[in-house]
Amino acid sequence: MLTKRIIACLDVRGGRVVKGIQFVDIIDAGDPAELAHRHAAAGADEIVLLDITATHEGRGTLLETVKRTASQLFVPFTVGGGIRSAEDAAAVFDAGADKVSINSSAVSRPELIGEIGSSFGAQAVIVAIDARRAAGSADPVRDAEVYVSGGRKPTGLRVVDWAREAEARGAGEILLTSMDSDGMRNGFDCELTRAVSEAVQIPVIASGGAGSAAHFAEVFLAGKADAALAASIFHFGVTDSRALKAEVARAGVPMRLPC
Amino acid sequence: MIAVIDYKAGNLTSVVKALRFLGADDIVVTQKPEDVLRADKVVLPGVGHFQATQLLEDLALTQAVREIAAKGTPFLGICVGLQWLYEGSTEAPNTLGLGHFAGQCERFPATYEGAELKSPHVGWNSLEDVRADSRLLKGVTPGSFVYYTHSWRAPLSADTAASTMYGGAFTGAVERDNVMGVQFHPEKSAETGLQVLKNFLEL
Repeated sequence: MLTKRIIACLDVRGGRVVKGIQFVDIIDAGDPAELAHRHAAAGADEIVLLDITATHEGRGTLLETVKRTASQLFVPFTVGGGIRSAEDAAAVFDAGADKVSINSSAVSRPELIGEIGSSFGAQAVIVAIDARRAAGSADPVRDAEVYVSGGRKPTGLRVVDWAREAEARGAGEILLTSMDSDGMRNGFDCELTRAVSEAVQIPVIASGGAGSAAHFAEVFLAGKADAALAASIFHFGVTDSRALKAEVARAGVPMRLPC
Repeated sequence: MIAVIDYKAGNLTSVVKALRFLGADDIVVTQKPEDVLRADKVVLPGVGHFQATQLLEDLALTQAVREIAAKGTPFLGICVGLQWLYEGSTEAPNTLGLGHFAGQCERFPATYEGAELKSPHVGWNSLEDVRADSRLLKGVTPGSFVYYTHSWRAPLSADTAASTMYGGAFTGAVERDNVMGVQFHPEKSAETGLQVLKNFLEL
């Protein structure tokens, strides 16, 4: 039976995993390669590395980090952050990534999705969408809006429409982050996740708001997510994937166990 | 020497990395039939479109694989590499497969038992009905999870070494004598995947 995936996300800056608290204090959470292995050994189904440096000088460091992290990692490994061209993507694949995640660059030039997909396969392209509910709308979920540039810029695009377009252009998966829920630890935005999951055929990864095992079960069962991603709850040993998955499985969600 | 065939279908880095991790140090990534013919083992990875396998015919690699299959060289096809071992795929009807195994690869159905079926099939799914005499799957217990990402699948046959359920059962691994294939990605399937690659290296 196909299981739902639990994905551990590492936010990396200058070659180190960092964890932001209320976007102000950045705490050093460790070495990316070491943490990736620890997560994989603890049962995470996939690892995502997001480069939040996003400066030109940082690219070399990133590729080195990707290479080091990938060298002994035998679960799917996604890299995102600052990928603006098929060449950028190729360099990241060459360093050992299995998939790339593209966000702002796909919104500004949607052809990029197909360009990467034609060389590396659709399964290698994740389109990440930062979404915010439309507060003033009669249907805030249906009208939820896509934001870019790290959530700073509204685009006027509806999330559901953009997800459909990304799929049509050859995206292999959608990584949907709810900006309303992100960092709150009050649970994923299940309604928004469900709306996107029902709008597309490709898998949808839910992100933003994980605080407990119950939240994961909820986004799989009510939100129809195919995978769920979390960063901070896995750091500092707050919970490990194996314990989390056992609990989610008890709620009736198929999980890869033992792992 | 292990020949890993590069036919420009996706990323070979992960496969080569996993083989090296398991101790294979003499690996040649190649497009040359002569490398395939002199190799002790041959791996055909590949993700993406079935159409890409046309290059195998164009580079005379198809004939080379036919020869090594006949002389007993262990051969492992991964993902599209498995599909190519069949007669063909509805994904690219004008591109012939090797035809080593009978049947056509077909797309997952849009619905199964009345419910919508998402495609591609992405994620960790279990291997069932693992054939006891499989050399490739030695030590792999039924119910072990492996990582899949694909939209086309190979049918079940007597050569199926393990099946997986998604919109009905399909071939997760196929094996007849020295010619083998896996639809999943062993290089991304944690311990179970490494076990499969180790079994292949030890043939």
